[in-house]
This record gives sequence, structure tokens and C-alpha cells, in this order.
Amino acid sequence: MISVDIMSKSFGDSAILGPISFTVAPGETLAVVGPSGIGKSTLLRLLAGLDSDFVGRVEVPARRAMVFQEPTLLPWRCSLENITLVTGTGEDTAREALAEVGLDQFSGRFPAQLSLGQRRRLSLARALSAKPDLLLLDEPFVSLDSALVEEMLLLTERLLASRPIATVFVTHAMDEAERLATRVIRLDGHPAVVVGEQP
Amino acid sequence: MATLSILAMILAWSILAGFADPTELPGPWKVLPLAASEIASGELLRHLVVTLRRVALAFFLAMTIGMVIGLLMGRSRETDRWLDPWLIVFLNLPALVTIVLCYLWIGLNEVAAVAAVAINKIPTVVVTIREGTRALDRQLDEMAIVFRMSRLARLRHIILPQLGPYIASAGRTGISLIWKIVLVVEFLGRSDGIGFKIHLYFQLFDVGMVLAYALSFVVVMLLIEVSILRPWEARATRWRRA
Repeated sequence: MISVDIMSKSFGDSAILGPISFTVAPGETLAVVGPSGIGKSTLLRLLAGLDSDFVGRVEVPARRAMVFQEPTLLPWRCSLENITLVTGTGEDTAREALAEVGLDQFSGRFPAQLSLGQRRRLSLARALSAKPDLLLLDEPFVSLDSALVEEMLLLTERLLASRPIATVFVTHAMDEAERLATRVIRLDGHPAVVVGEQP
Repeated sequence: MATLSILAMILAWSILAGFADPTELPGPWKVLPLAASEIASGELLRHLVVTLRRVALAFFLAMTIGMVIGLLMGRSRETDRWLDPWLIVFLNLPALVTIVLCYLWIGLNEVAAVAAVAINKIPTVVVTIREGTRALDRQLDEMAIVFRMSRLARLRHIILPQLGPYIASAGRTGISLIWKIVLVVEFLGRSDGIGFKIHLYFQLFDVGMVLAYALSFVVVMLLIEVSILRPWEARATRWRRA
């Protein structure tokens, strides 16, 4: 179970996040939606442990994984090594993960030899190989065309369905949120607070 | 192309030597037999090995210490502020001053010779590696934090590959600078090595032997560049061409 109780988060004098609290149970996917620049990614960074400069409390499991807006892969390592070296998982598990996202033919390719869609799938395979208790997805389908978004949504749905992971998914697209999430919260205002929640 | 350019250089030398006094500028046809006889007697090889050992030791020391300091300065603004004035002092310290002071303070020995060369090179390695460290990709850093990669894994798989081109550049300019300084160090205070032999033949005004020793060493350094440095660089940057 992850439990978030943030009072405030500021950059200098400018308050970005106001009081925000929620919990996410294992197997549950919480989508955080809201307009661009509202602070969704900032919220995700607090959960990821990348920013500890805030007022409040965040209880998250130690085993975390994240799919970043940019695939953020090691350009100098092949697909397989991008999984094994980063997550510490064995080669067999990494190959299974690649097969799950349909990249088993590309295990020896460098990221520059993959299309953007393939790089995003690799990024997803890497996150799942880490066997996380908490998975953070930061706009993982941004800048893909609609056919690829659909393909990625189906893939992500299928992969998450078989795993008891608590997932927090940030997006500005309501339709993506409704497809993937078991619960949606909407952020708005300055500083941003939860203005709506739907199961 | 490179071979052609070297041949042109030898040709230019031959033409110049044709006009010059043979005691001042002997042609390649004079220098080559001299080098061959020094190789045959084993004398050239003995001094070459001594000089190469000094080059290797000083190179290893300068690169290791320079990389550690460069990484620290690139990573932490506080360390950078502290060490920057030192860096500027050492960057501007003439090689000759370092060499003389090392010999005076440490003594006319191997430690002083290697230390003097390394101290001359460390600041330029620091500058290059610091630049490289400042340019490190922050997103990859954050990715490594989220996935809890160990410090060693981050250094090996994230930091060093990004620093690769900077290390190669520091290494390449390093090796050419170091061997030149090693020769000066040997010239001033050692009783073996290529620099010592050049000093000896300088006193005898034997330009042919000076050229024979100097050029033999240049050839060896070229071989190191072609057989070690370039293949390593090609391997380290393979992913860029993929």
C-alpha cells in the first residue's frame, strides 16, 4: 500500500502543489490527470524519491520503477543490457520481458536502432523487469501516433493485469486515464489540489 | 592518405638535407643506418624501454588522479569553488619549474621524474574531465536513482560511457604532452632514457644521432596511437555509429 499526504511543494516562492492525499493498493492503478504544467510530473518525482524538498509525508515501497516521458535508455548498451545492467535482473528474465513487449528480435540492438515506439516498449519492459511494488508512469504515450498509443495501451493493460503492482499513471489525456486506471484523480488550480475523483 | 602525407614529409626533409650542411641536417639516408646500428647494438631498445616505462607510469598517474579530481569538481560546485584557484595555478606553472622543483625537493631519482611529469599533466586532465562531468545527462542520473543502481554500476554503465570521448581526448593529448615532458625530465636529470641520449649527442653536436633517437621514439608513439588508442576509441564509440 502506498500512502501520500503532501501539504505543499514549492519551487522558491512559487507554490506548485497544495494539500494532496491519496492511497494506492497493490494491483490498483491510479491515474493523475490535469492540464499541462499543473504539477503532475512534480508529484510523480516526489513519489519516485527524486525530490525530497516538500512538506508532507510519502510512504512508498523501496522497490520502485518508473517509465519516464522520454524513454531514458543507455544509448551505449543494447536492449538486453539496458534491462540487465539497470535492474540487476538475469539475462533469462530480461529476455522474457523483451518477449512480452514484442522486442525479442531486437535484444542486440542499440536504442538508436529502435523506433520511438520500440524504445518506449523497452522502457516499459525495463520497469517491469525490476519487479516493482510501485510503478510510476510519466506520460508514457506522449508523442506517439494514435495507432501506436492504442497498441501501447493494450500492451500496458495486459502487462499490468497479470501483476499485483500499485501503479500511478500521469497523463493529460482523460481517455488514456479511463482505459488504464481503476481510479482517476484530477489536479487543478495554483497551487494544484485534487479537484475531482472518480472510481 | 596518411601514408602519402608522411612520405611527402620525408621527401621535404630529403630535399632540405640535400642543400644543408650534412653535419647540421643529415638526410634520412644518413639517419636510418644510425638508428639501425643503435637498434642492432641493443642500446636504443634499452633506453626506449626506460622512457616508455616513465611515460606509462606518468600517464597512468595523471589520468587516474586527474579523472578523480575532475569528476569531483564537475559533480560538486563546492569542491569546484575550492579547487579552481589551485587548478589555475597548476595550469600556468611552467613544466620546467615543476621539473626543477621536483628534482630539488625529491632528489634526482625516478620518483621525482615521474611525479614532475604527472604534475604537469594532471591539470589538463582535470579541465577536460570536469567539462565532461558537467555535461552528464541528468535524466540518466535520475533513472539510475529510481532503479537503485549501485554506485559502481552507475560509474561503469552511466558515467564512464558518457565521459568516454572526454577521456579519449584527455588521453590522446596527454600521451603526446607526457612523452615530450619525459624527454625534458630525462634531459635535465636522468642517466638513461631517450632524453638522456639526446642530451649526450647534443653535447657532442651529433645531429644525426639526436634525430635517430628522437624519430625512433616518435615512430613508437605513432604505433601506440594506431594499435592501442584508435582501436579503443573505435570500440568505445561503436554505439554512436550503430
